[in-house]
Amino acid sequence: MSAVEEVVTEAPAVEAVPKRAMTLGNGTSLVMLALFLVVPLLVKNFIIFQLTMLLIYGLAVLALNILTGGSGQFSLGQSAFYAVGAYTSAILMEHAGMNYALTLPIAGVICFGFGFLFGQPALRLSGVYLALATFALATAMPQLLKLGYFEHWTGGVQGLVVTKPDAPFDLPMSQDMWLYYFTLAVTIAIYIFSVNLLRSRSGRAFMAIRDNEIAASAMGIDVALYKTLAFGVSAGITGVAGGLGAIAVQFVAPDSYTIALAISLFLGMVVGGVGWLPGSIVGSAFIIFVPNIAEGISKGLSGAVFGVLLFLVIFLVPHGARQVAIIAQHLIGKAKKN
Amino acid sequence: MLSKQQLRIAAFSTAVIAFAATSGAALAQKKYDTGATDAEIKIGNIMPYSGPASAYGVIGKTEQAYFNKINAEGGINGRKINFISYDDGYSPPKAVEQARKLVESDEVLVVFNPLGTPSNSAIQKYLNAKKVPQLFVATGATKWNDPKNFPWTMGWQPSYQSEARIYAKYLLKEKPDGKIAVLYQNDDFGKDYLKGLKDGLGAKAASMIIAEESYETTEPTIDNHIVKLKASGADVFFSVTTPKFAAQAIKKLAEIQWQPMHLVVNVSASVGGVIKPAGFENSQGILSAAYAKDGADSQWDNDPGMKKFFAFLEKYYPDGNKLDGSVVYGYGVAQTLAKVIEMCGDDLTRANVMKQAASLKDFTPDTLLPGVTINTSATDFAPIEQLQMMRFKGEKWELFGDIISGEVSN
Amino acid sequence: MELFTNQILAGISTGAIYACMALAVVMIYQAIDHLNFAQGEMAMFSTFVSWQLMQWGVPYWGAFVLTLVFSFAGGIAIERLLFKPLAKAPILTNVAGFIALYSIINSVAGLIWDFTIKQYPTPFGSHPFLGSQLISTHQAGMIGITLILLLLLFFFFRFTRMGLAMRAAASLPESARLVGINTSWMIALGWGMAAAIGSIAGMMIAPVVFLEPNMMLGVLIYGFAAAVLGGLTSPFGAVVGGFLVGIFENLVGTYIPGVGNELKLPIALALIITVLVVKPAGLFGRPIVKRV
Repeated sequence: MSAVEEVVTEAPAVEAVPKRAMTLGNGTSLVMLALFLVVPLLVKNFIIFQLTMLLIYGLAVLALNILTGGSGQFSLGQSAFYAVGAYTSAILMEHAGMNYALTLPIAGVICFGFGFLFGQPALRLSGVYLALATFALATAMPQLLKLGYFEHWTGGVQGLVVTKPDAPFDLPMSQDMWLYYFTLAVTIAIYIFSVNLLRSRSGRAFMAIRDNEIAASAMGIDVALYKTLAFGVSAGITGVAGGLGAIAVQFVAPDSYTIALAISLFLGMVVGGVGWLPGSIVGSAFIIFVPNIAEGISKGLSGAVFGVLLFLVIFLVPHGARQVAIIAQHLIGKAKKN
Repeated sequence: MLSKQQLRIAAFSTAVIAFAATSGAALAQKKYDTGATDAEIKIGNIMPYSGPASAYGVIGKTEQAYFNKINAEGGINGRKINFISYDDGYSPPKAVEQARKLVESDEVLVVFNPLGTPSNSAIQKYLNAKKVPQLFVATGATKWNDPKNFPWTMGWQPSYQSEARIYAKYLLKEKPDGKIAVLYQNDDFGKDYLKGLKDGLGAKAASMIIAEESYETTEPTIDNHIVKLKASGADVFFSVTTPKFAAQAIKKLAEIQWQPMHLVVNVSASVGGVIKPAGFENSQGILSAAYAKDGADSQWDNDPGMKKFFAFLEKYYPDGNKLDGSVVYGYGVAQTLAKVIEMCGDDLTRANVMKQAASLKDFTPDTLLPGVTINTSATDFAPIEQLQMMRFKGEKWELFGDIISGEVSN
Repeated sequence: MELFTNQILAGISTGAIYACMALAVVMIYQAIDHLNFAQGEMAMFSTFVSWQLMQWGVPYWGAFVLTLVFSFAGGIAIERLLFKPLAKAPILTNVAGFIALYSIINSVAGLIWDFTIKQYPTPFGSHPFLGSQLISTHQAGMIGITLILLLLLFFFFRFTRMGLAMRAAASLPESARLVGINTSWMIALGWGMAAAIGSIAGMMIAPVVFLEPNMMLGVLIYGFAAAVLGGLTSPFGAVVGGFLVGIFENLVGTYIPGVGNELKLPIALALIITVLVVKPAGLFGRPIVKRV
């Protein structure tokens, strides 16, 4: 059995994203923030619900961006962490009567631990093998949730119904609107945290590991620590997203968290631009709205239409929304000069 | 003697009062909630057109075709039916999104026949809170018959537990010393049946059921479960399986030459969908129960109800496979909704829709077995509760015995 | 003891399904260094095509050969049309492409042939094999075909120039190009062969699981697991991996009390991950040495 030699000089799974390009420029960020604050006041409750889901899935895609785009670990298992977060929130709210806002940090911490633990055996795996291991985790999760052993807590196959909170202090807004602004606040906080994480030493360590693990290790970076840390942080954020998801949908069940969710999140990351945090929202919009569009075009062939639209996107912009942003930047730059 | 002035006032007042009375009465005759107008009634629906349960999407297509027929024939009480059906991919969060879309964006009158226990569980609280009828849900889970807690939710088909109880009654009578092996799908469908069987067998459940095997839908084949169950020495095999796995079970049983008393659940009793692919020769003597007629059964060729069904297929849904039990199902449940809407007359409020739905008396859609009728009341939200047992012989099911009621007292 | 042997035998027969699929998975991995999620759907579609041919009256082996040709050509066509433009794109974008392909094929198959199950014939008959009630002649035939395929692949990669060229193109593309190998067409060829092998897998599997558009999903997961367990660079490993997964899964289901039955898949996958942690290249794979 001869060893196969690989020369690691070419670009690995993801491209390097320079620090500067991690986020949007200040102007664009402010515009986006303004939009997020104002739009819900103008639309119906149902649209607000969709926007809330947009933010929630955006968080989950953001987490995946940190893991895959940041530290180069290919994960198809985010749905497992999302599920753990969702169930943690649901169980705490329904069985322990805990306030919904408190359940989120707990969900985050539990998922962080879970991700950190999973990162340990995952250390020795990379590329396809890691993808398969995470895929296995995602496939196993619904079955673990259905386990008769836990049925008293999880509700087994029937799942748990979750009560949606009212706006506090008797504010004159609907449940949906309150939940939206709450989610927005959480999202912004996590976004700022993630940007700072990736700009910090840890972030640089992640990226060094992503670009060339062996070289990073040779330079003195504790690869094991940072890889498991990346898993933990990513899982924690996904767990918070899951908790918010449970509250927004008001229901958790094993069938809600199948491998299909993990694949959707992955697609969201690719469409948004791997490693580009602002792209998470674009990716999230893609996975929420494009299936609806596909269904509108053809009910019988909705899957095929979705696939075709996805192909169109990846043909036109293989690097996702980030590519669009860069092109836009170029055009604006050129327009300014003229 | 009244003055001219007073007369005019009196006449005028009388006219006003008379006008008010009549128009008041006229206004009292037509009542609408969101989703109903003089011209149309919007009916919402959620089906898995994609994803693991996409085989059931054909129910939604059948219903769409049925309402096309209704509209072509002039609508119900002069109003057309606007059937709006969305895909939830059998995913509860998506079902919630679609339900909200139907209620808040499309503004439908009722959400009709949404499919799948998880999806329905997810939207039940929302629809009841919004007071929108969740009518004739497409799942046999027993929990939909709960008018006290969920007055806006009603099932349609016989619940899984009632069907299982009917099998239990049969077993207690015909094979009281039987040793039962159960293969069940590891979800609420499978578990509901298992519970029904155990409840139906009562005290004897523990001694009669000697082996239980569950399987996941992600498993490619259940062959090894069958091998294990045979090794238990059982002489009764209860197959709580969906069509694909039911067919695999029938085939494997024949292959390993195991010939227990073989009971298969109604969902998987379709001749076209299960028995024929599994092989007629392998399926002799299999038992099941039915509440509807099978399109593959030639004994219904001249049945007036089925003739209407076949004519409907030919004209409005030529792609529809009459051998597919789901198509027969879609027709039956759509016909039931049409009846309820008709019964509402001009009072198309959501409350009245539920009231009429809870007032069905001996209603017989074209596709139900003779003797099986739909009955509902304010305390009975289970429209169909009767089934008849049947045995597979030759190339079709032979009904036998009486129509049995499998009522479950919650 | 009898139950134990029975479960092993039953495990071998389901394992044959996984082994078949695993071969196709390894084939595509040899060509493009990545797993193709749409592999199962392509196999399913090919099987439907062969079924349709038989519905139109073509005899079994005729349909078999025609389908092989169709799959081979189809695999090459898909690669040239859809994935060659993505050659310069990041690998993750390619994976997104696989997922899109999966979605398209599944949806189209559902539209053309609907979702009710169909019986699929087997050339080997369905009688008990050598009197054993646990392995039918079909399953024995399936194992036989898998082993023949394995031998063919082995000879192809080891002893033919084309096979050598393909391996070179997959592991060291730049060097291969320098030697005059058209790496681009090697990839296309790899796709074609993988599609053809997949179609054989589909045609072998369909008689057991019944033909319908969603038939390959479960098989694909196990096929991946088996291929990874055996070593993605080794067709022999893929086949062994398939049998091992089948047997292990059965034993877990039978002997681990309580949860064993409900957690068969997770435990099988956990086993594979454990093996990978100890032997990252799989049981029979070649360890990869990386030069920085």
